[in-house]
Amino acid sequence: MRVLLLFALFMVSGQTPATTLPVKEVTTGVYVHFGKHQFPDSKNHGEIANLGFIVGQKCVAVIDSGGNPDQGLALKQAVTETTRTPICYVINTHVHPDHIYGNSAFKAAGVNFVGHHKLAAAMAARGSYYLGKAAEQLEVKLSAADLIAPDIEVKDSLKLDLGGRILTLTAHPSAHTDNDLSVYDEKTQTLWLSDLLFTEHVPTLDGSLKGWLGEIDKLEKRSFRYVIPGHGELVTDWPQSMQAQKHYLTLLLTEIRAAIKQGRHLEDAVQSVGYSEKNNWALFDEYHRKNVTTAFAELEWED
Amino acid sequence: MKYSKLWPALFITALLPMAAMAAEDENIWNKVLKAEFFAGQAIAESDQVIELEAPVRAEDPSLVPVKVSSKIKQTPEQYIKKILVLVDNNPYPYVGEFEFSPDSGKADIAMRIRVNSNSWIRAIAQMNDGTLTMTKKFVKASGGCSAPSGANSEEAMARLGKMKFKLDGEVKAGEPALVQLMISHPNITGMQMDQVTRFVKKSHFVKQVKVSFNDKPILTAKTDIAISSDPNFRFYFVPEKAGELKAEVSDTSCETPTKRDVCTKGETYTETFKIQP
Repeated sequence: MRVLLLFALFMVSGQTPATTLPVKEVTTGVYVHFGKHQFPDSKNHGEIANLGFIVGQKCVAVIDSGGNPDQGLALKQAVTETTRTPICYVINTHVHPDHIYGNSAFKAAGVNFVGHHKLAAAMAARGSYYLGKAAEQLEVKLSAADLIAPDIEVKDSLKLDLGGRILTLTAHPSAHTDNDLSVYDEKTQTLWLSDLLFTEHVPTLDGSLKGWLGEIDKLEKRSFRYVIPGHGELVTDWPQSMQAQKHYLTLLLTEIRAAIKQGRHLEDAVQSVGYSEKNNWALFDEYHRKNVTTAFAELEWED
Repeated sequence: MKYSKLWPALFITALLPMAAMAAEDENIWNKVLKAEFFAGQAIAESDQVIELEAPVRAEDPSLVPVKVSSKIKQTPEQYIKKILVLVDNNPYPYVGEFEFSPDSGKADIAMRIRVNSNSWIRAIAQMNDGTLTMTKKFVKASGGCSAPSGANSEEAMARLGKMKFKLDGEVKAGEPALVQLMISHPNITGMQMDQVTRFVKKSHFVKQVKVSFNDKPILTAKTDIAISSDPNFRFYFVPEKAGELKAEVSDTSCETPTKRDVCTKGETYTETFKIQP
């Protein structure tokens, strides 16, 4: 009898309740969902990145929307369960699927999508490839309508006022990708670096190795209370926790340059460069060889 | 080899029922490509004349390193005259044709290619007496032809047409020496989106590479859109004495990615390199 009653109540409610993405308030008004270090596939449906939001007096800024439309909905649910303040901005830190596929969940009047001035072009260039991959690799249904380009483009830097809370967005030169955007919250001295910083998970190169090392150099000289990586735990000892990434990328640079000087070829470099780092990183086997390939093609034209 | 007549073959390919095509089956080779390039000719399949090295899984589908190694020495009596490379499941399977002579020393050729989906990669060698031998390797990849060219496209465009010769190790007179030719060129496939205009970029690719040593041809190649951005070739030559390596590279642009009937005459780039064995 009780089962029938519950069943009836369930039917009356009309729909399955949306899941809420678990988030942690890492510091005042800064909420982060920490993703698991997994290769995106049909079991995790691309849900692997760190995502979250920052709450101001007037507005909420979401930072990265998720690895599939459902995760976007779950993140939105997390926002509405945390605060009544409306979402004004969805900031995409770069073009990779695990950071942008939840965008459609946030589309609404009064919501602006924000990104690097090269983000829209990157989305267009990768569009058809991404749509095919989402179905095949992630078993996620994605259409062109889910790839939402920014309406606010950041050229060098831009300040967003969330109401008593200023966020400074910086458009970086080519590094992890050619459209990386970071977010700095003055109130808590938090830098949301996203995929410009990896801890535990092997860094993935899809832009410029030299460019990324250049950005690391600049950022290392500044101090931040909290730094949020795109993959990995909260960093509170900047720049300490960034040293492993710096070491890995510098190793790629020096070993590949040496290989090129010795007349070794791409295939050889892929087999031999950087393996001393193998046990230091999660997903090393999945991404390292592609990193070497991309870096080799970049460095072989150096004079 | 009638590569210019490939488009009817592709039209037929498009009509083959998709359900009948698994990536590993060789229907496209057996039903289309073999007839197109080698109608009526016998082809032996073996690794005894040439062998193909390719990764089982491509790290980057737009940059797949592939090496054809020859198992026989090039002599005036017996030599590999031409090697044709194909990727069965690419939208345009023709990768290129590489011509050698006895002066090449060895008919080895290494290159980087684009692989669009899981596919057999084939190399077919034609001897001076006409005999044909084929070797093949299966590579897992996807999206090589539509992948946007590197994030540093502005840098790449600035050095368009620049070329570098690199010699591997010491050069000894009378012995085959390995040389690497690097060509700075985006090699646009005609299937990639322009990052700025958001329209598909028209193809713009290297179509011919002629390398000679002291004016004797050592490698003459016809290449196409399946060659990766910044074409990179490794091959041999035999320097009998001191002299000059010369590369003449021509490019072209075609109206559609998979047809070669309407193409413009492009530029020719030249580079030389002095050899002192």
